[in-house]
Amino acid sequence: MPGTVQAIERAAAILRTLAGGPGRLGLSEIARTLDLAKGTTHGILRTLQLVGFVEQDRVSGQYQLGGALLHLGSSYLDINELRSRSINWADPLAARSGEAVRIGTCLSGQVLVVHHVFRPDDTFQTLDVGALLPLHATALGKVLLAYRAGGPVPDLEPFTRLTLTDPRALTGALEAVRDAGWAYEVEEFLLGQAAVAAPIRSYGGLVVGAIGISGPVDRICDSRYRPRPALVTYVRDAARAISRDLGAGR
Amino acid sequence: MTEKYVVAIDQGTTSTRCIVFDRRGQLVSLAQQEHKQYFPRPGWVEHDATEIWRNVERLAPRVLSRAGIGLDQVAALGITNQRETTVIWDRVTGVPVGRAIIWQDTRTDALVHSLAAGTGASEVSAISGLPFSTYFSGPRLRWMLDHTPGLRERAERGEVICGTMETWLIWNLTGRAQHVTDVTNASRTMLLDVRTLDWSPTALDFFGIPHAMLPSVQPSIGGFGTAREAFPGVRIGAALGDQQAALFGQTCFTPGEAKCTYGTGSFLLLNTGAELVRSEHGLLTTVAYQIAGEPAAYALEGSIAITGSLVQWFRDQLELISTAPEIETLARTVADNGGCYIVPAFSGLYAPHWRSEARGVIVGLTSYITKGHLARAVLEATAWQTREVVDAMNTDSGLTMTTLKADGGMTADNLLMQMIADVLDVPVVRPLAVETVSLGAAYAAGLAVGYWPDLDGLRRNWHIAGQWIPAMEPAAREREYANWRRAVTRTLDWIQPPG
Repeated sequence: MPGTVQAIERAAAILRTLAGGPGRLGLSEIARTLDLAKGTTHGILRTLQLVGFVEQDRVSGQYQLGGALLHLGSSYLDINELRSRSINWADPLAARSGEAVRIGTCLSGQVLVVHHVFRPDDTFQTLDVGALLPLHATALGKVLLAYRAGGPVPDLEPFTRLTLTDPRALTGALEAVRDAGWAYEVEEFLLGQAAVAAPIRSYGGLVVGAIGISGPVDRICDSRYRPRPALVTYVRDAARAISRDLGAGR
Repeated sequence: MTEKYVVAIDQGTTSTRCIVFDRRGQLVSLAQQEHKQYFPRPGWVEHDATEIWRNVERLAPRVLSRAGIGLDQVAALGITNQRETTVIWDRVTGVPVGRAIIWQDTRTDALVHSLAAGTGASEVSAISGLPFSTYFSGPRLRWMLDHTPGLRERAERGEVICGTMETWLIWNLTGRAQHVTDVTNASRTMLLDVRTLDWSPTALDFFGIPHAMLPSVQPSIGGFGTAREAFPGVRIGAALGDQQAALFGQTCFTPGEAKCTYGTGSFLLLNTGAELVRSEHGLLTTVAYQIAGEPAAYALEGSIAITGSLVQWFRDQLELISTAPEIETLARTVADNGGCYIVPAFSGLYAPHWRSEARGVIVGLTSYITKGHLARAVLEATAWQTREVVDAMNTDSGLTMTTLKADGGMTADNLLMQMIADVLDVPVVRPLAVETVSLGAAYAAGLAVGYWPDLDGLRRNWHIAGQWIPAMEPAAREREYANWRRAVTRTLDWIQPPG
């Protein structure tokens, strides 16, 4: 059996101390209660603050349990927050790829579109923020499925003859997504349409959404029906830029 | 050949940002640093100019390393800034005399009141194109000179000098070689003659500002020297006030084109070309930009003081949300405002009312109101304030706006964008670049050094990234607008003149 991680034990002890305290506690108080060095305690508090488990009062500098702890069961990153933090990187992706960009998160077994950037050709297009897409038939959905632990198995509804409706085929495809770090769909949801997507990560590598481009097959794919490498690079670069802003890979 | 880029410094109200742009006008990397807001008394808002300059020094290497480029790949530097924020500093030591007084600060209320009643006030308004308001920097300079012992004498001897934030940054960037301002920033002081584009002796006399302390006025796009600090060796190609930069970034180069930027405050600018239009409905006459060697382009501006900062207040002072974007989540928990309206006249009302004695109200409170309704009222306040300004602009220009080009951080809020389309009854479009303020500064700087050949080249970079179509019943729109206007009347005459 691997050994235990001392820092996590200490973090848990700090959380219990804060939960059991009368309200806010100061750094010295916490350190004294647990017989820890102030520097160590401060480092752990800062980390807990970063992930939202602890909040620091702006005026007194004292600590209390963070709001994120109360919402551990639900999606932790507000969808409007995700859009706001991604918008600066979704635009350059649309400009470089020449295609429409969407950002999605998982909502009760489907992909919820939380942000949409038009294909930059100034033709008439309609915002589909709030639309729901199938997880198993879209590149965005496959990314979300591939990096999801557990959760209900989606209903593998066929949309075209290329939709993955065999659970084993889907499992294989998701494994390939995890290996490659990105996903694609070619005429699996809409005839003539293809898409590429990559994961958006937050601190600790947690996948909080997916960003991708979609368009006609002949623009997204090469002659072998595979997404063009340049487009894949654009999508992955954008995903990485957003992830960096969200605290991934710190 | 190594690819070249343009860097913009956006010195804003809450933070300073450095952004690297590529030839397509797309963002390559961004680095941002917030600075401290000082609220020493109600209505007073200050910044530490030295902290802001240190932030620029820190951001410069960070943004270049994030882009993976070197200084030799930076073709030009463009500067854009929060306007009307004013600082005085010692020419020799470079140390500011007190903190910078920022545009939201209303300490000059009584002073502006008495100045506006004085002889020559209407002439100064006509020369500068601006109404008397605590918003502009001229009265602020006068206040500083009046309230710091010995400062006026030092200013007359040229020992202390002043400027808005672009002046402060360029002075520091150039190793204290250039004490300059651009025409757009200068046009926000009440000290500039908007026709001659130089300091007006009449206005300087009226406000009692020594000419010796003022920077020299330059075209926005041309040259401000070469940086020695932060970006050593890079040419400073342009400087523009933030809203003028956004107009440029939205490529509104033709008379009749307009944009609205949603940030801390919100600002609707309409390009009026070489023609200087005087507003009859509370809009400002301002310089849009000037390319060196060409006549200036003018604009009509509708300024709204509090929009995004109302969301910040909701987050930081009421603590009802933990991040600004959560306002949309909270607002979507209810279907309407429940009869509640918030008029955020925190520093008086700006366009089209210009009532500095007004203060904010929340009206229509009943025990039915939840924080969700308040969140809706917060967003609706931005939408209705836009409506008031658009109405004024349509009347003044004789044109009817058919689409609103929106940009700025708040365009990430889809509910707000839909509300604006609904209350204006015109489509709202967002361009493929939310950061139009920085982009405009980059465009202007790039144009100055030939990185981009001409205005048409810039225009080809503009694309629609999103669009919201009006979907509100006309009757509902009229009813809500009437309620909003009644709410606005409740804010007036709150601050009583002294005595």
